Amino acid sequence: MNAAMLHAPLIGESPDAPKFLLAVESLTVSFDGFKAVNDVSFYVDPNEIRVIIGPNGAGKTTVLDLICGRTKASTGSIKYKGQELTKLSESAIVQAGVGRKFQTPSIYDDLSVFENLEISFPRGRSVFGALTFKRDAEVRDRIEEVASMIFLKDQLTERAEFLSHGQKQWLEIGMLLIQDPELLMLDEPVAGMSVGERIKTAELLNQIIVGRSVLVIEHDMKFVEDIAHRVTVLHQGKVLSEGSMERVKNDPKVIEVYLGH
Amino acid sequence: MEHTPMAHRPAAVAAGVHDNPFMKPMEWVSLALLAAVILVVLPILLDAFRLNLVGKYLTYAFVALGLVICWGFGGILSLGQGCFFGLGGYCMAMYLKLEASSVENTKIQSTPGIPDFMDWNQITELPWIWKPFQSLPLTLFLVVALPAFFAFVIGTAMFRRRVGGTYFAIITQAIAAILTILIVGQQGYTGGINGITDLRTLNGWDIRTDSAHNILYFVNGGLLIGCILFAQYVKKSKLGRILVAMRDKEDRVRFSGYQVASFKTFAFCMAAVFAAIGGAMFTLQVGFMSPSFVGIVPSIEMVIYAAVGGRLSLFGAVWGTLLVNWAKTSFSESFPELWLFGLGALFIAVVLAFPNGLAGIYRTYVEPRLTRKVKALAPAEARALPHGTPAE
Repeated sequence: MNAAMLHAPLIGESPDAPKFLLAVESLTVSFDGFKAVNDVSFYVDPNEIRVIIGPNGAGKTTVLDLICGRTKASTGSIKYKGQELTKLSESAIVQAGVGRKFQTPSIYDDLSVFENLEISFPRGRSVFGALTFKRDAEVRDRIEEVASMIFLKDQLTERAEFLSHGQKQWLEIGMLLIQDPELLMLDEPVAGMSVGERIKTAELLNQIIVGRSVLVIEHDMKFVEDIAHRVTVLHQGKVLSEGSMERVKNDPKVIEVYLGH
Repeated sequence: MEHTPMAHRPAAVAAGVHDNPFMKPMEWVSLALLAAVILVVLPILLDAFRLNLVGKYLTYAFVALGLVICWGFGGILSLGQGCFFGLGGYCMAMYLKLEASSVENTKIQSTPGIPDFMDWNQITELPWIWKPFQSLPLTLFLVVALPAFFAFVIGTAMFRRRVGGTYFAIITQAIAAILTILIVGQQGYTGGINGITDLRTLNGWDIRTDSAHNILYFVNGGLLIGCILFAQYVKKSKLGRILVAMRDKEDRVRFSGYQVASFKTFAFCMAAVFAAIGGAMFTLQVGFMSPSFVGIVPSIEMVIYAAVGGRLSLFGAVWGTLLVNWAKTSFSESFPELWLFGLGALFIAVVLAFPNGLAGIYRTYVEPRLTRKVKALAPAEARALPHGTPAE
């Protein structure tokens, strides 16, 4: 593992330092008084795979929801390349370069794999642009390229609903790759996958990391060890521990609330 | 399929598997069949009265076509399409009424030169909302622009607030009811419950004669086919696929960088404009417009046309409209009081047994057999075809 990453900035350092791709500071959201995310801060470097772990209800998915604009923060700030995200609309956040995969595979059942990927191609996103969008060589080549990365090259004309669960997860990852985001957020990408599929997914993630950062929520500890550069542990809406997998694994607080049982 | 300049590409791609042709061969056949029936067969078979009746039915097909885009593809059920049909129809009727109310024609009124119902309601001056309808080009513009604007305002207000599904359907229904009440209540300005009647000429051309009915029928048929082609273009564009994607997983579309509300508003506006064109053609062919085509019942009937024909099929919607209306005319001539029950039963039956309507039945049962027969006739050709066509 990259040694420089272990000297990563600690909580509380300047959020505007340009070396972070993502700087989350004192982020809080409360639903009717219940603080699902409570004063959370963390920083993600360029080209880093960061995994967020934590028991159910720790606020992991809510953190992703806050970053991508699905939920509005009560207080705190989320800076992506120095740009405040909390005030942007969902589509503007995507266009800024943040992509998000949902927990259950979220793909378009009625469309073919090709068409699923095509919709994510970052061109013609306005009404008029979509009406005049041309399926040209650039689009086809890019879709072909991504399809072979996500192991779906031979399924391009198939309706997405006929894919297996693992293939659907890959398809959604592929839809994000086509968007070419600098920050890719994946919510439980290997949940429900077979061992073989999990290995392939880890390979895929290590392949797509070039030129971007990945923020992953995952429960599968083996998988986390395989991919994580650093791990952030959330518990009851707060950051419990942060650092390399090795360090987090040996943190007594983490063992007590999460890994121990 | 053949015009792809990509000979160097790998085999699977070079075969044009990912081409997106404007229409597939079967769709061209469907279009030709529909055009032949509307523009050739029916005019030959039917007398002037029946043909005018079919012309009237076909004006509803515009509404059904809009519903296919908006409801079938986009998943946005509007129970208020009568509003837009009515707006288009009233715009046209206002122009025709003003032309029929020349000073000469209305010299017995206490205020000559204004529509008769205004005179009966003690209105002595043409209201400002009627003024634009003295001009034919402006009227034609408003037939399209007014419903589009109205739909844009409703769509933007609702979709930006993420109002959808049942709530949207109920609100559109309420709007249809409000518009009816408004029209009935403002008798002096709208003609009230009777509507706008006694329409005579369009820019000097008498629209009441058989020959005029005949010409209007063909204009109507031509416009309908134009609308089908435009709808087909939208369906085949990326926008069409985004509508389907939104119906499926709205959040995924939103988090792929699209403003979902704008796309929904577009679909709703398109349906509104189609409905309004139908409404204007209705007024021209039938010779009057009244609130009974605006309210809740006609709006729901129009949804039934689309449902029976198949809400995912542009051609199905037209056939469905023709069929239901033909049934309505035949049954209500013999059993007028039973018709509404029949219509309700038909709707329930379609939704329960054939959710994709006539087009769905055709696709499931008829098309596979037809394809097999065609292949049997031309076995060599069939085998030479590449291994697949783009998925729908």
